[in-house]
Amino acid sequence: MAIISNAVTMADAGAFSVSLGAMTLIKTITLSSAAGNVSFVHGSSSVVLDDTYPIYKFVYLNLHPSANQFAQFNMSTDTGSNYNVSKTTTNFNSSQGEGAEYPAVGYQAGNDLANDTAYQVLSFQPYTGNDSSISGELTLFNPSSTTFVKHFMAKSHSMHANAFAIQTYVAGYCNTTSAVDAVNFQFSSGNIDSGTIKLYGIKDS
Amino acid sequence: MGVISNGTTLLDAGALDSGIATGAMTLLSTLTASSSANLTFASGISSTYKEYIFKFIDIHPATDNVGFTANFRDGSSAYDATKTTTHFYAYHSEGDDTPAFGYRTDQDLAQATGTLNLGIPVGADADQCITGTLHLFEPSSTTFVKHFLANVSMSGSANDVHNSYASGYCNVTAAIDGVQFAMTSGNIDAGTIKMYGIK
Repeated sequence: MAIISNAVTMADAGAFSVSLGAMTLIKTITLSSAAGNVSFVHGSSSVVLDDTYPIYKFVYLNLHPSANQFAQFNMSTDTGSNYNVSKTTTNFNSSQGEGAEYPAVGYQAGNDLANDTAYQVLSFQPYTGNDSSISGELTLFNPSSTTFVKHFMAKSHSMHANAFAIQTYVAGYCNTTSAVDAVNFQFSSGNIDSGTIKLYGIKDS
Repeated sequence: MGVISNGTTLLDAGALDSGIATGAMTLLSTLTASSSANLTFASGISSTYKEYIFKFIDIHPATDNVGFTANFRDGSSAYDATKTTTHFYAYHSEGDDTPAFGYRTDQDLAQATGTLNLGIPVGADADQCITGTLHLFEPSSTTFVKHFLANVSMSGSANDVHNSYASGYCNVTAAIDGVQFAMTSGNIDAGTIKMYGIK
């Protein structure tokens, strides 16, 4: 049964015909206790990460580490069995301390990758102090493509262990024509003590 | 009464069915300047959303060579949350003078309550303005500092483009419940700022 209002079909065939917004929340993972990592795997726990959307966005909110380590992520082409996609990336950041020390912007050669399967750094070590964390977003473009490499861009802000404000910009591509179907977030060692990560799909029609 | 189409419940009990995917980005408020001293979002920032996005569109200053700024309210009536920030930019002029990229020590803050400079110097020619986005993460947290990230593009007073990146944290554990935008001097002659909540 169609729902028609003022000659406009609002819904038909079990779906709304009118726009309900182009950005859809797919999955929210909030840590209720410390965890070694957080994964979003297509087809698992209501996660969608396929050709349903051309763009996916992860938003990480106040990830709090158990140790002063790097926030990082990796991707999978085998639904999370292995997080080891080869990536070439860039990484630059800008920082300043609470005491106005070390104001700078620059490329971070130690935090990029060159056709490397390692985890990609999102930010320098967030502080383990109770009020410290990292927040930001990672955008993944067309992960289901089997023609092109998979581009991604991330921007993050964190409070560094030395009480610095640090904004970090990461971009790169997964150098594979296999579909990317899972993403994993972690710190370089220790646990994610608390935090929330959300996955959104961005429609193209 | 529920509304069911092709065996799928679309509406029930006065709301969309929980199985219907709805937009995650909600327009909460729009402020339009008209020779305004500031544009202030004094309400609508709460724990309802974990991320807020402000989009400033064609902000035009009354005065030439001024900065476009933001500040945050952390429980009192004042917009003066303590902040530590960073600021860098890329620059290029219409005359193809030497382009620049670098950190701006004159625009950052170290544990200061003053305004966060999003972009400077904005030009006041009739066609000059500043446009960009500010992300504010989990402002209602009473545990963590409040991170923010901003990026603007502006037509500068010397007929140049500045692509500026300002970011930092409000170094408070009190909730941030208001955001105010203003120029460093003079009014906001025209322009629109939209506030979105991201569910």
